[in-house]
Amino acid sequence: MIIHSLECILNIFCLVINDPIVRTYIIDGMKKIITPLKIIPKIRDATVQSISKLSDKTLVKTEAAGNFLTDFADVFIFIARATKEAFSRDFEFREFFRQCYQIGNKTLPLISVTGAIMGLVLTIQTRPVLDDFGAVSLLPGMVTISLLREIGPVITALICAGKIGSGMGAELGSMRVTEQIDAMEVSSTNPIRFLVVTRILAATLMLPLLVLYADAFGIMGSWVAANIKGDVTLTLFFSQAFGVVDFIDFLPSFIKTFFFGAVIGIVGTYKGYHAGRGTESVGIASNASVVLASLLVLIIDMIAVQVTDMIIA
Amino acid sequence: MTPIEKNIQHNPTDLNGLNPIIEIANLRKSFGSLEVLKDITMSLYKGENLVVLGKSGSGKSVLIKCIIGLLDPDQGTISVFGTKVNDMNRKQFSELRKKIGFLFQSGALYDSMTVKQNLEFPLIRVKKQLTKSEREDKIKEVLESIGLPEVLDKMPSELSGGMRKRVSLARTIVVDPLIMLYDEPTTGLDPVTSFEISDLINHVQTKYKTSSIIITHDINCALKTANRIIMLEDGIVYKEGSVMDFKNSDDPVITSFFI
Repeated sequence: MIIHSLECILNIFCLVINDPIVRTYIIDGMKKIITPLKIIPKIRDATVQSISKLSDKTLVKTEAAGNFLTDFADVFIFIARATKEAFSRDFEFREFFRQCYQIGNKTLPLISVTGAIMGLVLTIQTRPVLDDFGAVSLLPGMVTISLLREIGPVITALICAGKIGSGMGAELGSMRVTEQIDAMEVSSTNPIRFLVVTRILAATLMLPLLVLYADAFGIMGSWVAANIKGDVTLTLFFSQAFGVVDFIDFLPSFIKTFFFGAVIGIVGTYKGYHAGRGTESVGIASNASVVLASLLVLIIDMIAVQVTDMIIA
Repeated sequence: MTPIEKNIQHNPTDLNGLNPIIEIANLRKSFGSLEVLKDITMSLYKGENLVVLGKSGSGKSVLIKCIIGLLDPDQGTISVFGTKVNDMNRKQFSELRKKIGFLFQSGALYDSMTVKQNLEFPLIRVKKQLTKSEREDKIKEVLESIGLPEVLDKMPSELSGGMRKRVSLARTIVVDPLIMLYDEPTTGLDPVTSFEISDLINHVQTKYKTSSIIITHDINCALKTANRIIMLEDGIVYKEGSVMDFKNSDDPVITSFFI
């Protein structure tokens, strides 16, 4: 049993640790512990018997658990490698700016429309409720706070998870399938530095800017909606909107957008970079990028709201 | 000077072709329970074209992917220019790869870049000392040597299969590698284009003084390009010899390639 446990740990280490040097040290160390125990026949026989008693179901579950741990460790190793390469001397500035353009500039039309619709719909839906309480004058402030604090960042991040995340997953996935990543590696280019770091950083930096842009369009959309059933000048609308907004309404939500960007970049590049060999895996990588990034955006938002609430309280 | 360059300089026998520049000893590689390479021992000598012949699934591609470090061998040693690649760290491997060109079966051209950018990509990173005009001259020279000077500004999607393979070869030789590894260079091409690619492999060997390992199951390509042939069968070296040895062989396993 002892040997079995040690061998299980050893096998999991072999699966989890990808770095060959670290792995060699760990394996050598573990073997030194296992070898003397193995020569005791009674323990060895007991181990063989206990292994043979394990059902297929147990073995399948153990393998699944091992795979989950491997994937989990892979993500951390991937993030660690990307972080290390981000501080490399040979940073790929040209590719980074190209990605900023791809992620930032090319997403602007989509974000403009989405932002304007967010503000418009929010105003139209809220107006009747506030009207019942005779508080229509609070409408610009309420919509602006909603947009700045929550709706702007989250909806923009979800849109970007769909557009940017899936794009990264599909692009890197197809590069993996067609051996372009291997070609990069054999031509002495670090694909993590060139493909992964540039995309993660570009997403991290561009998303906050896109959120600000979406917020601006949302407020303009809200003004348009306010004028459908009323008559509000732009100056009055803005003075009512920003009269109630504090810096604390803006700062925490702005900070969390960096995390949204980072998580979209990490998930998109990880899924694409680790895509399988067939063409089917490109679709899987793209789909998984969107689903996982969207889910993580919502989880990070929940944590950010709790943390902000605790700090403000 | 990189450790590899030092090694070449300090090992003058490499230059007159007596010592192997790639040595593989007792190489084993498995994928799960499937043992693909079983105890492979072979060498590549300076200036020669070594063809590794074998049927699909015999482990040919796995062999050169182990040499270039895209796959880690389970057992055995691989030495390139007298340096064991098994012990190299990422940085040392990166230095070594600057001396080795690898032509992928699919070509593996970067889809999002033009032909010029594809060729410029390794050049910027490997030959950092070159100016922009020197890089452009080099790219033009290489494209002319493969007979495609007119495709400079085209995207890979605009090229035919044969042209993609040639451009991919140009991208590989643009950094002046000492060793060339060809993974199925004629797969998926018509007989005429296959003949042209085989010709181009010989041209690269003569012009750029490269030593090459050519992985193929195309016997015509093997006969046209080889100085020496190694045949893999079920993960082992089944036969090693000259082109004539293979042509004159009456072994049914070998003659099946000529049918």
